[in-house]
Amino acid sequence: MTERFEIPARLRNTSLALIAVGVLVLILGGVTMLGGHDHHDKTRFWLVLLQNSVFFLLLSVASVFIQAAASLAQGGWIVAYKRVPEAIGANVWVFGLIAGAILIFIATGFSVDGHNTIYHWVHPEGDRILEGKKAFLNKEMFIGFTIVTIALWSFFGRKFRALSLAQENAPKNSTKVYWTMFKWSAGFLLVYALTQMSTTPWLWIMSIDAHWYSTMFSWYTFASAFVSGMSVILLFVVFLKNNGNLELVTKEHIHDLGKFMFAFSVFWTYVWFAQYMLIWYSNIPEETTYFKMRQHGPYSLIWYSVFIINFIMPILILMARPSKRNYFTVTFMAMVIIFGHWLDFYIMTMPGPLGKHWHLGWYELGIFMGFAGLLIFVVSNTLTKSSLVPGNHPLLKEAMLHQS
Amino acid sequence: MAIKKFAVACYDDEEVLFPAVKQVRNSGYKLHDVYTPFPVHGLDGALGLKETDLHVAGFIYGITGTSTAVGFMSWIFCSDWPINFGGKPHWSLPAFIPITFELTVLFAAVGMVLTFCYLNQIMPGVKKHVFHPRQTDDLFVVALEINDHTNEAEVINFLKSTGAVETSVQVAESEWWFGRWDKKEAYELA
Repeated sequence: MTERFEIPARLRNTSLALIAVGVLVLILGGVTMLGGHDHHDKTRFWLVLLQNSVFFLLLSVASVFIQAAASLAQGGWIVAYKRVPEAIGANVWVFGLIAGAILIFIATGFSVDGHNTIYHWVHPEGDRILEGKKAFLNKEMFIGFTIVTIALWSFFGRKFRALSLAQENAPKNSTKVYWTMFKWSAGFLLVYALTQMSTTPWLWIMSIDAHWYSTMFSWYTFASAFVSGMSVILLFVVFLKNNGNLELVTKEHIHDLGKFMFAFSVFWTYVWFAQYMLIWYSNIPEETTYFKMRQHGPYSLIWYSVFIINFIMPILILMARPSKRNYFTVTFMAMVIIFGHWLDFYIMTMPGPLGKHWHLGWYELGIFMGFAGLLIFVVSNTLTKSSLVPGNHPLLKEAMLHQS
Repeated sequence: MAIKKFAVACYDDEEVLFPAVKQVRNSGYKLHDVYTPFPVHGLDGALGLKETDLHVAGFIYGITGTSTAVGFMSWIFCSDWPINFGGKPHWSLPAFIPITFELTVLFAAVGMVLTFCYLNQIMPGVKKHVFHPRQTDDLFVVALEINDHTNEAEVINFLKSTGAVETSVQVAESEWWFGRWDKKEAYELA
């Protein structure tokens, strides 16, 4: 049966090899960086873990968001490959646990010579700006928000999957579960709006540069995470399609996923530029330092590459209709976009604590590979657990007939 | 601009229209056009219409808008009337971006609307022959191009066999022409 997915040996071995690389690099990094005497290396060790775990967590939550959005909009086209975002969403808890542990450790236990070099707001004493932000930026708030956010995301991810499986076992033509899902989706959007789209990125990422703030920041992070999340979904869909599964998925669905990648690349640029332009225009020193470091400082190469990879490439390559319908172009662009937004997260996190002592080497890429391997491993495991066709779904026929 | 002869068939249901269009295309008669009161999903595919290059035109209009905006602003702020704004360089690209974006959208949108009207031969101040006054109300009208050698009775019988509720043979201008609808004409049509 092609409705069932069995993990091909090659995929399993690749994912395990990637995880092994990640663990090896982590141990090696721990020995050389934490055991060494360089302050920056100790910071770098944890900062890279923070960047990657948060990136993969937000990217997997984007799958929960697209399910909720599609459910509320009653979009039929997504039903053809619904199991993929579901499987990613059901594994939010894995990345949630990792990211939560790393974040809480950095906020509470991490210090280099008595200074928390990543979240320096944990010791606001003597700093008037940080003391003013103390009501929001403090350890208790951080830990509480982190736990609640991650718990809610994980819960909704698993809930959506459970509801979808319940739909499959429901009596024929019953729409009861469908409308239950509708209500839960509305609930998730509320949660998502109050976490990912507003507060959570302030605490996790923006507070690394605690003196600086931007009201666009969470939207910008959301755009980054969402476009990479859609790219990950596309990669899984194309893989399953090549593997002989997902017969229902046609070029029309691939085209629509490509449209999402294209549109949200442009959206990311819009938010990214809106944030940049206002600060550039008003030219207030305490705000411009953030971009001074990134655009003109030691990070300018990465800063401009992020712009080229995340805007120029998608807009030129994905604009034409045939390229969104071509499996090779969309797969290639999905990988490019994921890497580009990983770099974007890199430039969100690194410059504050590391300054000009940044590296983009074996440790950064190794940890990225480890997380990618983990994502492939857990998601493909979940995919095997049920039929890939969401049987009994009211919009299944619409999904089959979908024309983009 | 040519006067031609048409065999016209009217259908009152979308579900009859699709098989009828298929039969007409298979029969070998020359299909002139199909007129519907609302956009019918999938009809372009059934008619075998090729995708137009409207989006390529849109891209060109957009690029024109981009270069107009950047060029015009660069000329104003760098050579025609340079002003010092808060110590920023005269050629400040970030400040140009919003206007560039707007002009790109404006050029692309207006250009595409006009091109769309041209391709569909609709525009204020031009006329086009109306095969059946109810084609904008509740009838789906299929027009076949025929000539003096065509056996009219055979065509009409064939159209009736496909489910047409009304048929006629008309001699009419096939393209658009300049002119305005006057009230008298409109009454006659209705």
